[in-house]
Amino acid sequence: MGKDVFEVTINCIKLIVVFLMMVQAVPILVWLERRGSAFIQNRFGPNRVGPLGLVQLLADAVKFLFKEEFFPENGTKFLYYAAPVVALVPATLAYCAIPLGHPLQYGEYLFRLQGFDVNVGIVYVLGVSGLAAYAILLAGFGSGNKYSLLGALRASAQIISYELALGLSIVGIILLYGTFNLNEMVAMQQGPLSFSFRGHEILVSWLPNWGIFYQPLGFVLFFASIFAESNRLPFDLAEGEAELVAGFHVEYGGFKMLLFFIGEYGHMMVGSGLLATFYMGGYGIPYITNQALWQTFMDWTQDGQLAHILVSAATFAMFSFKLALCLWFFVQVRWTLPRFRYDQLMDLGWKTMLPWALFNVIATALFIFVAHG
Amino acid sequence: MPQLIPATINSGLPLAGVLFLATFVLLFGSFLLFLASKLGTRKYDPVKYQSYECGIPAQEKKDTKISVKFYLTAILFIVFDIEIIFMYPWARTFKEFIDSGNGLYILASMGFFLFVFIFGLFWEVKSKALEWD
Repeated sequence: MGKDVFEVTINCIKLIVVFLMMVQAVPILVWLERRGSAFIQNRFGPNRVGPLGLVQLLADAVKFLFKEEFFPENGTKFLYYAAPVVALVPATLAYCAIPLGHPLQYGEYLFRLQGFDVNVGIVYVLGVSGLAAYAILLAGFGSGNKYSLLGALRASAQIISYELALGLSIVGIILLYGTFNLNEMVAMQQGPLSFSFRGHEILVSWLPNWGIFYQPLGFVLFFASIFAESNRLPFDLAEGEAELVAGFHVEYGGFKMLLFFIGEYGHMMVGSGLLATFYMGGYGIPYITNQALWQTFMDWTQDGQLAHILVSAATFAMFSFKLALCLWFFVQVRWTLPRFRYDQLMDLGWKTMLPWALFNVIATALFIFVAHG
Repeated sequence: MPQLIPATINSGLPLAGVLFLATFVLLFGSFLLFLASKLGTRKYDPVKYQSYECGIPAQEKKDTKISVKFYLTAILFIVFDIEIIFMYPWARTFKEFIDSGNGLYILASMGFFLFVFIFGLFWEVKSKALEWD
């Protein structure tokens, strides 16, 4: 087997593995959500299928597969069937660009724990996750149902409105790191908090060097925006039961519904992964640099190759932990905050978050200008 | 830690991976839908295939009237989103400009751009383009 064929094969397998990792995280997330909400509401939640009810969604998926295929007579066939499949794509493409761990050096090969390393990372992720509105609109138009259409319009108007605040809070991040590449951003957040202010080196040893301490306002705006982007409570106006029954997926059932769910949870994972990468050090372990981590493992095992593998494993575990923490926060917020009214939602996006995001950009630029000058 | 050697695996076209993955995901989803359509039972009932409404048969088909507000929101989004995209290269090169001594120039030019942006936002709020009733 030639070297090129080998590399292409490895890359393709890696992409599929990252995609399947995202898909198989969905049952765990659904379990976490149902179980967590049950404990918050003083119920048991799913606890029959498997240990602690962990296999519940697997059983559900098999059930979905045997459900009746259904097509509403008013709908447009192609759009109706295309929508759930298209819903999978943006979340997957965006998730594959997020670095999941420290690159692994094996012999002459450098194996990145990341679907693909796009050097314009942020722009790429924003571009593909913007496609999410298409799946929703296709579902709304394809179903031939008023509830679906209204739900789809609301959802897409909401997504595009909050994309402004999202995009502007990312401008603050780019100003801070001076790069589009997600790997370089993670590399810049290693070690304890240290920066130079007008030539003086300032070191705060009790804080990690994370973006959240440079961009607290940007963090809040970004966090609120990803809730709106993934259509989660308190921003789930798209499926407000009291008004629209279920929003754009009224006419969907069985496996098509499950594909929409995978897309939605995938969006939550992309949002949480970006949050961790921008503001919480990505895969980096707080306070210590990857260099020091490698040295520790090297002293312990006396084997450079093994130490490399251990560094990658440890950083991957760290990233998964941060991701899980963010995702748990999604569940927590869902059962804590009530839903907005639609005009309040739009006012919050356009008249509150957009001006504050602008203020954040101006303040960051001025601070960097003063600190560097 | 020895310096990592530049990418051997993962070199080449990153966008080829994007195309491959998009195709794979589309095939994956279509295959699952196909499987579900083959495995599912099928019982015909005319009422079941009507669109979901409040109970009485639907009068209109699908020419539902849509509030023009959504259209306006989409137009305003495009205007502002393009303005935000213009800030990305500026933000990327900001530190390099400061280091080369042109910091004030790039700050002032973006200041003028932001003035137009903020004026536009202010004008929209003033002309009640963002009011939902």
